[in-house]
Amino acid sequence: MHHFIDRRANPKGKSLGNRQRFLRRARENIKERVDQSVRGKSIQSGSGVPDGGEKVTIPARGLKEPRFFHSSKGGLRRHVLPGNKDFVVGDTIKRPQGGAGQGGRKASEEGDGEDEFSFTLTQEEYLEILFEGLELPDLVEKATVETETIGTRRAGLTTAGTPNNLNLVRTMRNSLGRRIALQRPTTKSQRDLEEQIAELEALDDRTPPQEDFLEALRKKLDGIIRKRKVVGYIDPLDLRYDTFVPEKIRNSRAVVFCLMDVSGSMQEREKDLAKRFFLLLHLFLERCYEHTELVFVRHTHHAQEVDEETFFYARETGGTIVSTALEKMKEIIEERYPPDEWNIYGAQASDGENFGNDSARCKKLLLNDLLPVSQFYAYVEIVDEAAEMLLNNPEAGEDLWQNYREVKAQAQHFEMQRVSQPGHIYPIFREFFLPKVKGAQYAGS
Amino acid sequence: MQAAETARTPLFDGPEWTFELMEKARDAIEQIALEDLGLDVYPNQIEIISAEQMLDAYSCVGLPLMYQHWSFGKHFARDETLYRTGRQGLAYEIVINSNPCISYNMEENTMAMQTLVMAHAAFGHNHFFKNNYLFQQWTDAAGIHDYLAFAKNYIAACEQRYGLSAVEEVLDAAHALQSQGVFRYGRPPKPTSEELVAMQKVREGYESSQSVLDIWTDSTLGRDKLEQPEDASFSARRKQMNLPQENLLYFLEKHSPKLEPWQCEILRIVRMLAQYLYPQKQTKVMNEGCATFVHYYIINKLYEQGQITEGAFMEMLHSHTNVVMQPEYDDPRYSGINPYALGFAMMQDIRRICQNPTDEDREWFPDFAGNPDWRGVLRDAWANYRDESFIQQFLSPNLIRKFKLFTLTNDADLPNLVVSQIHNRAGYKAIRRDLAKQYDLAYLEPDIQVTDADLRGDRELKLTHTVRDGIHLDEEDQEEVLKHLRRLWGYGVRLDAVETASEH
Repeated sequence: MHHFIDRRANPKGKSLGNRQRFLRRARENIKERVDQSVRGKSIQSGSGVPDGGEKVTIPARGLKEPRFFHSSKGGLRRHVLPGNKDFVVGDTIKRPQGGAGQGGRKASEEGDGEDEFSFTLTQEEYLEILFEGLELPDLVEKATVETETIGTRRAGLTTAGTPNNLNLVRTMRNSLGRRIALQRPTTKSQRDLEEQIAELEALDDRTPPQEDFLEALRKKLDGIIRKRKVVGYIDPLDLRYDTFVPEKIRNSRAVVFCLMDVSGSMQEREKDLAKRFFLLLHLFLERCYEHTELVFVRHTHHAQEVDEETFFYARETGGTIVSTALEKMKEIIEERYPPDEWNIYGAQASDGENFGNDSARCKKLLLNDLLPVSQFYAYVEIVDEAAEMLLNNPEAGEDLWQNYREVKAQAQHFEMQRVSQPGHIYPIFREFFLPKVKGAQYAGS
Repeated sequence: MQAAETARTPLFDGPEWTFELMEKARDAIEQIALEDLGLDVYPNQIEIISAEQMLDAYSCVGLPLMYQHWSFGKHFARDETLYRTGRQGLAYEIVINSNPCISYNMEENTMAMQTLVMAHAAFGHNHFFKNNYLFQQWTDAAGIHDYLAFAKNYIAACEQRYGLSAVEEVLDAAHALQSQGVFRYGRPPKPTSEELVAMQKVREGYESSQSVLDIWTDSTLGRDKLEQPEDASFSARRKQMNLPQENLLYFLEKHSPKLEPWQCEILRIVRMLAQYLYPQKQTKVMNEGCATFVHYYIINKLYEQGQITEGAFMEMLHSHTNVVMQPEYDDPRYSGINPYALGFAMMQDIRRICQNPTDEDREWFPDFAGNPDWRGVLRDAWANYRDESFIQQFLSPNLIRKFKLFTLTNDADLPNLVVSQIHNRAGYKAIRRDLAKQYDLAYLEPDIQVTDADLRGDRELKLTHTVRDGIHLDEEDQEEVLKHLRRLWGYGVRLDAVETASEH
């Protein structure tokens, strides 16, 4: 008795549960690595994570499955090895460092001796771990902004449909295959034959062999024409139509304004920190919204909207007037992003220095114009590495910081933090987006 | 018989396989396996699976059904990465010791490979599983699928009821002790009739309601008897608790003062699977050698009979040669002795000793040198030995020379490694003994036993590691395992090392 079973159609992903348990188990280690990898990444116009996922290497220590096994050191052991060439009994060999080739852990289970453990997180898993436990502020408000419309989604090919859904590529591929298989004569062969016949017919006096030949050619032409008629160029069999199924589309769109101070005091270090912050924000919003746009505004004593490349890499120095950037943001919102259609987010990075009494103007702009239409606004102040005092004391600070503190007092969806090194970015980012106490709403909105 | 069969048409031509072709090939293989080699096999169930399913099967120690645990996910993640980046191929087959014998063939294989794999797994391994004494005595081939299904569902039900973390904690600890969860020498004490009833109830309760996890209580197990007044002396404890006990998981399951009944059942599941897989760990060389010998014999026979084309035969030989390659110790590819190479070479050698014995063979193997029934000699070896005893009995000077085996002694007291034996007349016996020892699990795995636990006193669990040849436990891991043990025991755990006189 015996039998064959085809298991290929069985549901795949039998080890999905194991993988989930593994990720859950290794979460802490993976988080650490994900955090590290996000620090080293540059902001891209699309997503910061490759579509294929993110390769993560975590120390095997964290995932060790300990067993009782013999130490690889000490004691007396004998090893039988193959391939003796010229050893004789009594020969001595230097003990290899680290016991290589001696296989000290022979008795143990698999998996020992590896220091690092690499595997690939899917993009989804990566982002989930990166933003685990975070949520967008003001989700309630966001829901009212969303509109739902019925759209369509492609759902494969069918053999019946309306002409406007005809899939030309697939239809022509089928047609070509069928024509080759059924040996349909080509247009060219027909034309050649017709020319030959015309040539012969043009002769005034044809010899009998020529007559016969002409007759044969005509017959052949008839055959070709008949065959071309029978085997159509396109047969109903070839037709393929795209099909679509209706689908609800949530029309939620978000725009993120990245405002960065690029005045003389902002050096590479400061810009790098700002960039990391913007990257995280962008990734995070991209997860929540189908459609995220980025607007880059940089400012010295005047502000301009720029592309990403310029935003991060162009060098320009000058004085600092922060309010110009806020003005610019206001202007762009009015022009292109009506607040009833867009979720608007602001992220501002600066070293905190500002011109004269401009900071008060910033406060006014934020409170009157920007915060009422924004879902969330984050201010990151990049301070000197040595400014330990500033980091620990939120009350101390320059003019801009003090004014923003007043804004914070009035608006729940405004957040501000100080950073001085890359390691600070992710934690403060998490702090921004940790679930807030519900019901805390901005009074002015 | 041979002459009549020489002029057949090939079973298949070309790389594509179909179920019809596989059926035909299987029939042809079966004829040779049963009628010529005289194999005795379980009914075969041959399953075609995809690469991804093969990865799945890989990560769950090759079993078709398994409870869920993160370490299987870890292995899956690693195997998948290695496979996708091309650093590791997949096995062509996996075969399960069960009745019917299930073997997995990959859909990517060519027809020639499918033929080779069927001869290897569905007949070679299958015969070995069915006939080797270790498998016969220690595994229940007919019941394993039901047991695996029970284990999977039981653990899933526990996760539902007690939470993932609680179950994971027990499984982690049980896995850490898995190598110490087998009976090596004797059968476990027979379950008492109360235990049998309780076990029955657990199964039935589980199957009917899937929720009666608590039924295995102290009273149904008769554990309350422990509390009865008794002679508190050490020897009485030893008698009652079956001390010393080498099977730590078994001991914890029966005597842990802290574990809940469902936790005991999980330990039992891990222990049962460890025991089920233990014979496979003891017979790697023999099992692979048997399967490789069988497939090699069968494909040659098929080719002789004109049942496979020269192209298919070359493809199979190519694969066969890769499998039995043994790199030498100074080759960068060397990673120990290849069980396929050693097992196959030894079995070919046994056949040679039967058919063309030399004087040396007659001296070393008087029992079977020149025995015309080489098939019978091999079948007897497959049935009655494990790696250690097989090597001890059958490794010939001829093979020691062919592999150019030598023994390297690593004595921590000496500054250098010493070549202590080489493949000459003086060394054969010692090399054979050393190599055999290298496959003796009882020697390779640490000997750790429960020696005492005074449940009416301080409740400290006392373990003893018997140190052989001055080889101690790896300290870092030992500490980690002890942490797990303390979690399972609930009280202090002490591990003492006792040195034995070394057997230099």
